[in-house]
Amino acid sequence: MPLSINKQSYSLPADPRVSLLDFIRGQAALTGTKKGCDHGQCGACTVLVNGVRINSCLTLAVMHDGDEITTIEGLGSVDDPSDLQRAFVEHDGYQCGYCTPGQICSATAMLEEIKAGWPSDATGDINEKPALTDEEIRERMSGNLCRCGAYPNIVAAIREVAEAEL
Amino acid sequence: MTAHFKHDKPDTRNVLDHTVQGIIGEPLTRPEGILKVTGTATYSAEYEVGECLEGVLVTAPFAKGQVTSIDESSVTGMPGVIKVITDRRLAARAAQGTANEAPKQDVCDVHYWGQPIALMVAETFEQARDAAKHLKFYFTAEEAAFNPSAVETETKGGATKQGDLAHAMKEAHSSVDLNYTTEGHASAAMEPHASIAQWDGETLTVHASLQMLNYNITELADAMGLEESKVRLLSPFVGGGFGSKLGVSQDVIAASVAAMELGRPVRVVMSRQQVFQAIMRRSETTQRLRLAVDAEGQLTGFGHEALVSNLPGEDFAEPVTQSSAFLYGGENRLLQIEVARINRMTAGSVRAPGEAVGMPTLEAAMDELAEKAGIDPVEFRLRNIPDVHPSEGTPFSSRKLAECLEQGASQFGWDKGPRTPRTRREGEWWIGTGVASAARVHNVGEAKARVTLQADGTALVQTDMTDIGTGTYAILGQIAGEMLGMNRDDVLVELGDTRLPRGPGSGGSWGAASSGSAVFIACEAICEEIASLLDTQKDGLTLKDGTASWNGQTRPLKDILGGRPIAKLGHYEPGDIEDDYAASSYGAFFVEVAVNDWTGETRVRRMTGAFGIGRVLNARTARSQCLGGMVWCIGSALTESRLFDPTDGHLVNCDLAEYHVPVHRDVPDMDVILVHERDGAASPIQAK
Repeated sequence: MPLSINKQSYSLPADPRVSLLDFIRGQAALTGTKKGCDHGQCGACTVLVNGVRINSCLTLAVMHDGDEITTIEGLGSVDDPSDLQRAFVEHDGYQCGYCTPGQICSATAMLEEIKAGWPSDATGDINEKPALTDEEIRERMSGNLCRCGAYPNIVAAIREVAEAEL
Repeated sequence: MTAHFKHDKPDTRNVLDHTVQGIIGEPLTRPEGILKVTGTATYSAEYEVGECLEGVLVTAPFAKGQVTSIDESSVTGMPGVIKVITDRRLAARAAQGTANEAPKQDVCDVHYWGQPIALMVAETFEQARDAAKHLKFYFTAEEAAFNPSAVETETKGGATKQGDLAHAMKEAHSSVDLNYTTEGHASAAMEPHASIAQWDGETLTVHASLQMLNYNITELADAMGLEESKVRLLSPFVGGGFGSKLGVSQDVIAASVAAMELGRPVRVVMSRQQVFQAIMRRSETTQRLRLAVDAEGQLTGFGHEALVSNLPGEDFAEPVTQSSAFLYGGENRLLQIEVARINRMTAGSVRAPGEAVGMPTLEAAMDELAEKAGIDPVEFRLRNIPDVHPSEGTPFSSRKLAECLEQGASQFGWDKGPRTPRTRREGEWWIGTGVASAARVHNVGEAKARVTLQADGTALVQTDMTDIGTGTYAILGQIAGEMLGMNRDDVLVELGDTRLPRGPGSGGSWGAASSGSAVFIACEAICEEIASLLDTQKDGLTLKDGTASWNGQTRPLKDILGGRPIAKLGHYEPGDIEDDYAASSYGAFFVEVAVNDWTGETRVRRMTGAFGIGRVLNARTARSQCLGGMVWCIGSALTESRLFDPTDGHLVNCDLAEYHVPVHRDVPDMDVILVHERDGAASPIQAK
């Protein structure tokens, strides 16, 4: 079975060493997904695999036979941005923009995780449904580094969308 | 036609306060923002270039010595390998900011662990990376110096020696004599340094992640032995710089050499580890602060000495005392920097060079002295703001330090009561508050920008200036829109191409004031031409929403142009103003922290920053810049530190897992106050 990125099929690479990240940026030419560290430390390469967020640099393309990958380009477009994409612009949830696709992919999946009741380190009582506090957002987004220091604006953007959704 | 403005006197006309479009300073969203959030902004490694080869740098696993030979045959049989580039033009170091000449080349002469020594080129990245690991080479290692305190030092020029500090200390009502050390830092921009070079037999075109194209083109041309006219650099999007992309870097030169040698495009992306190991570090520092006050709490003595380090042959020395020169008074002064030559990667500009490590120590010493003298630390700072530059005697341009301290204290809810440590506790956490002044010396550089009022009534702004996240696309469009009377959406801003008129680039906080002024000057010239077309004076002309009004008449701009665009080159040149005034941006920070009684863990609970930065060109992007600076405060104070192995000199924490930049959960909500200010000595747009 081929690998699907944003609902388009791609054959798996011949070279098994190709990371999912390099496959997305190279063979699929979807350069919205960024390479910041190549070691799963910065989150810039975050994509959704069957709806779950992962660091695409930490997995090989050949391991995703049959998987549905969603990248930043699959979440929205210049003409039709997603709510989070729109909120990031409105709240200046970026500066240089390089961590931004990863932040948005991560936030998209993170809101689903809260909806599904997954606890985090910031959750007081793990038997209760987690509340949408700023501390929950910060904890759950801490795998996505932003060197420009746009964190307060990113949290504000996510909070706005989450409050409308949850 | 060029409109030239030499800045010899303060420009107090405040033209942008009299225009009526009403967009200057407004918190407009970034015009390029939609590209960034949809993944369609293209960064340097991301251009689709046919037949592009991949290059991976090979680096030295020793700190000092000579590479004696490289055995290309060790990789020639490997799949996809094209060539090992060992050309002597390869760069051993990145250029310093504004170097304007090639950085040190001759990569076989190794001076730090991780220095590039060759470039492996293959058909794919995976092949190049693998071959780079298998390349055999031989070297002779020499004894290296790693400890800045154990080598002879040289005194950096420009020291301040005034009066008798030792005597002032002896006669003081209260004094402190304190030693501090600060850690080395990394810029750690999220986008690693990356280049794609193309050579068509005549012209070298390079997409690169760089901050200062006007200097970088000269550095690259010099390194390659090419005329500047045969080189083109493109950096329309830069994934963060923070000083690390001021000078042309090793990837740019390596990709260029390989592309010219192989006749195919070559992409070189530095790994995160290589960026840490081979790009600029902020020097670690050892500092001594001596402060003396009289019975009124006025500084009489001010000593700030620092030991920093760099590689042999590098002029840059972390300018630790830069703001100490003028922030507070004290007639007996000693400011001096010593430089130790050691074998660590090049020391250069990392965000807020000088201030980032010089201000925290000065401010800590001020706090210690305030406590000793029994004066509230905010009041103590207010009391010591000097009337004129304490050594040069020059007047200050507009200075809002007192307003920053006062407005910040008010918003934060500063408690002027006793400040004895360990008085407030919540559970296992001790709670405390603190204040610090901030300053960043104001710089400007010569800048050109072309503004074209198009026949259709829209405008085009063009300059090689970069936007490294700072908001250049936003503010240049706002300046032009305000001046020419149109919405920002009707202004297209083109940046980051050396074929466009040159500016100083992004660095040292000089870009907005310099390139913004060039745009402003071009727009003033366009307004003059419109006025002359209408047979009136510029001062009587009002431009708003694409319509000109004068002498009770109105007419759409498009009609006035009659199909003919007006293009002007604005040329801003710094002048006497630089010597006549001491100009700086100022600020004040207020922080509440919690320190765990058992573990010592320190958490920032809230933070207020007040900033006097001249005219704010866009309140949204300006606030974001301030937030970024405040986040960096948290990192440099609490988590960031380069750690070197003392035996072989390698950087131990050369990635983002081990070098700890602040993450989401380290950063609380923050208040930013933008203090109203116009500084005509800073720039003709009154911005700093």
